[in-house]
Amino acid sequence: MEVELKFGIVVNEGPYTHQAADTAYLFTKAVLEKGHEVFRVFFYHDGVNNGTRLMVPPQDERNIQKNWTELAEAHNLDLVVCIAAAQRRGILDENEATRQGKDANNIAPGFRISGLGQLIEAGIEADRLISFGD
Amino acid sequence: MAMDEAGGGGATTKKFLYVNRKAPYGTIYALESLEVVLIGAAFEQDVSLAFIDDGVYQIIKGQKTDGIGAKNFSPTYNALGDYEVTKLYVEAESLAERGLSVDDLMPITFEDEDDDYAEKPSIQVVNRAEMADIMSGQDVILSF
Repeated sequence: MEVELKFGIVVNEGPYTHQAADTAYLFTKAVLEKGHEVFRVFFYHDGVNNGTRLMVPPQDERNIQKNWTELAEAHNLDLVVCIAAAQRRGILDENEATRQGKDANNIAPGFRISGLGQLIEAGIEADRLISFGD
Repeated sequence: MAMDEAGGGGATTKKFLYVNRKAPYGTIYALESLEVVLIGAAFEQDVSLAFIDDGVYQIIKGQKTDGIGAKNFSPTYNALGDYEVTKLYVEAESLAERGLSVDDLMPITFEDEDDDYAEKPSIQVVNRAEMADIMSGQDVILSF
């Protein structure tokens, strides 16, 4: 019998610019299909841009945000966007938009904004923490 | 924020290594890596930093950023000792390949509370093989 592992996933690059965003998604999907657990997916650096629901790629291209959102819904995944990195890059949820006096928010369904402590906690709790990026 | 989340992992202590591979300016990786280190310090894990490749430039002396519109965050490395981050491994080959020596680096120190608060250097220059050993002894490696 295969050993079940608990994975933490770190996504450090933005969508479409960098293969890392896709590879992270495909790896996470594969891990879940193999019956392992994913404790958390943490989005950092430009990786936070994977979590905007306002991306509108051409119809014949994959929608990276939707891929994540659907995977999260299917597997009850915890998708966490780093708040410090998100604020720099204009990724806001409703609370943050209100708090910062902004007129809109853009966080996608299935994603939540939280602190870097969530990354450290993933490192502590997971059997393997896998980073995707340069 | 950090304090609210501290202790979320319970009593587990793991060996965390943050690997810094990129120059301090030009991309945001170095600055955002340092932010992880500072937040992570609240979790009381066994933390080390590694500086390899262009990452050695992150801790070089005399950084000035007036001309590029970026914040000079290099003084923050001097504060790492206050966060009990006291192990900064710098790869000798990466220094040599860039014509640098340890004298070109900031004299980052910490106060050793087990030795009457004597001031000691945080930076340890290690060779590539030693760095590999350091990496293989870690539980969690975050590479920026």
